[in-house]
Amino acid sequence: MRGLLDLWTYAAVCAGLFFFIAGTVGILRLPDTLTRLHALTKADNLGVGLVVLGLLPQTADALAALKLVAIWAMVLLSSATVSQLIGRAARAEEPPR
Amino acid sequence: MALVLDAGMALCLLALALFALTARASYSAVAGFVAYGLLVALAWVRLAAADVALTEAAIGSGLTGALLLGAAARLRASESTTVAWPSAARRAAAALLSTLVALGLAAVVLWLPQPAPTLAHEAAAGLPSTGLGNPVTGVLMAFRGVDTFLEKVVLVLAMVGVWSLAADERWGGRPGLRHEADPNGVLAFFARLVIPLGLVIGLYVFWVGADHPGGAFAGGTVVASMWLLAMMTRLADTPPIERRALRLALVVGPALFLLVGLAGLAFGGGFLAYPEAYAKPIILAIEVAMTLTVAVTMALLLAGPPLRSADGQ
Repeated sequence: MRGLLDLWTYAAVCAGLFFFIAGTVGILRLPDTLTRLHALTKADNLGVGLVVLGLLPQTADALAALKLVAIWAMVLLSSATVSQLIGRAARAEEPPR
Repeated sequence: MALVLDAGMALCLLALALFALTARASYSAVAGFVAYGLLVALAWVRLAAADVALTEAAIGSGLTGALLLGAAARLRASESTTVAWPSAARRAAAALLSTLVALGLAAVVLWLPQPAPTLAHEAAAGLPSTGLGNPVTGVLMAFRGVDTFLEKVVLVLAMVGVWSLAADERWGGRPGLRHEADPNGVLAFFARLVIPLGLVIGLYVFWVGADHPGGAFAGGTVVASMWLLAMMTRLADTPPIERRALRLALVVGPALFLLVGLAGLAFGGGFLAYPEAYAKPIILAIEVAMTLTVAVTMALLLAGPPLRSADGQ
C-alpha cells in the first residue's frame, strides 16, 4: 500500500513538473500576452494541482492535507483573477490582430 | 539532493539579483526584485528561519514591491530609455569598492570562530520567564524589546515623512487618487472572496506568533494588504488623515510600548523590564496594539500622501 502511494506521488509530482516546464517554455516562446497567459495559468492550475494531489498521501494528518488543498484553491483563485486582469489590460493596449 | 536544491536556489537568487540591477525599465527591475524577495523567503525557510521568511515575503517582497511598483508607475513617463554610463574611472572605482565589500563580507563569514558566538542558549534558558514559546518573539518582545520599540517609532516617522509631501490645501484629506474600479468587476469579486480569508490569516499569523513563527509585523502586514485590496477595488475609500481614530491607531503600538517601558523603569529593574508574573499578558497587549499600528501604517504608507480633500474630491 505504502509503495503504491509513493508511486502515485512520484507520478503526480512529475506530471505537475511537466506542466510547469511546459508553461515556462510557453511563456518564453509564445508570441503575445494572451497566449502567454494561457501557458502561465496552465502551469499554475494543473501544475500546482498535480503536485498537491501527489503530496496528499505523504501528509501526516488530515489538517495538513486540508492546508495543501487550501493552498491549491488560493492559487487557482488568484491566478484566475490575475490572468483576467492582465488579459483585459493587454486587450486594451494591443487590439487583437 | 538537498545540496543540489540549495545550490540551484543560490544561483537563481544571484541571477534574479543581477536581472533586477541591470534591467532597463524600472518596471522589469521591480518585477525581478519581487521574485527575488520571494526566493529569498524560500532561502530563509531552507535555513529554518521561518519567522524571517514570513517577514521577508510580507514586507521585503510584497509591501516593498508594491511601493516600488507605484514609484515605477510614476517614473515611467519621465524615464529615459537610454542610460548614461558613468565614466570608466568611476565604474572602476565602483567595481573596486564592491569587490572590497564582497571580500570583506566573505572573510567575516568564512572566518567566524567555531562555534560561532551566540546568545541563543541564554535566550532559550530565559524564555520560560516570558511565557512565550517562540524564541524569536521572545527576543523581539522581551530581550531586545528596545529595538522593536524603536522600529515602531521609525514607522511613525516614515508616516510623517510621507504625509509631509501633501499640498497645504490637501492636508487632512484622503490619501492617494480615487481608484477607478468596476464594483462588479473581477477584482471586486476577488476582493470580496479574499478579504475575509486574508483577515483571518493575518490575525492567525499574529496570534500564533507567541509560540510559532508569526507575530505582529507579519500579521499586521497581511491585514494591511487586505485593507489595500479594499481601497483598490473601492469597497472602502481611504480614510481622511485628519480622523482622530486613525491618528490614534498609528501611535497606539509605540505609545503602549513606551508606557510599559516607563512603567518598568518605575516599578522594576529598568526600561521595558516586565514583571515576571504578568510578562505574557503585557507582551500580548503590546502585540495587539502593534498589529493595529503596523496594519494601519503599512496600508497608509502605500496609499501615499493626501491628494484629495476630506469629502473625497
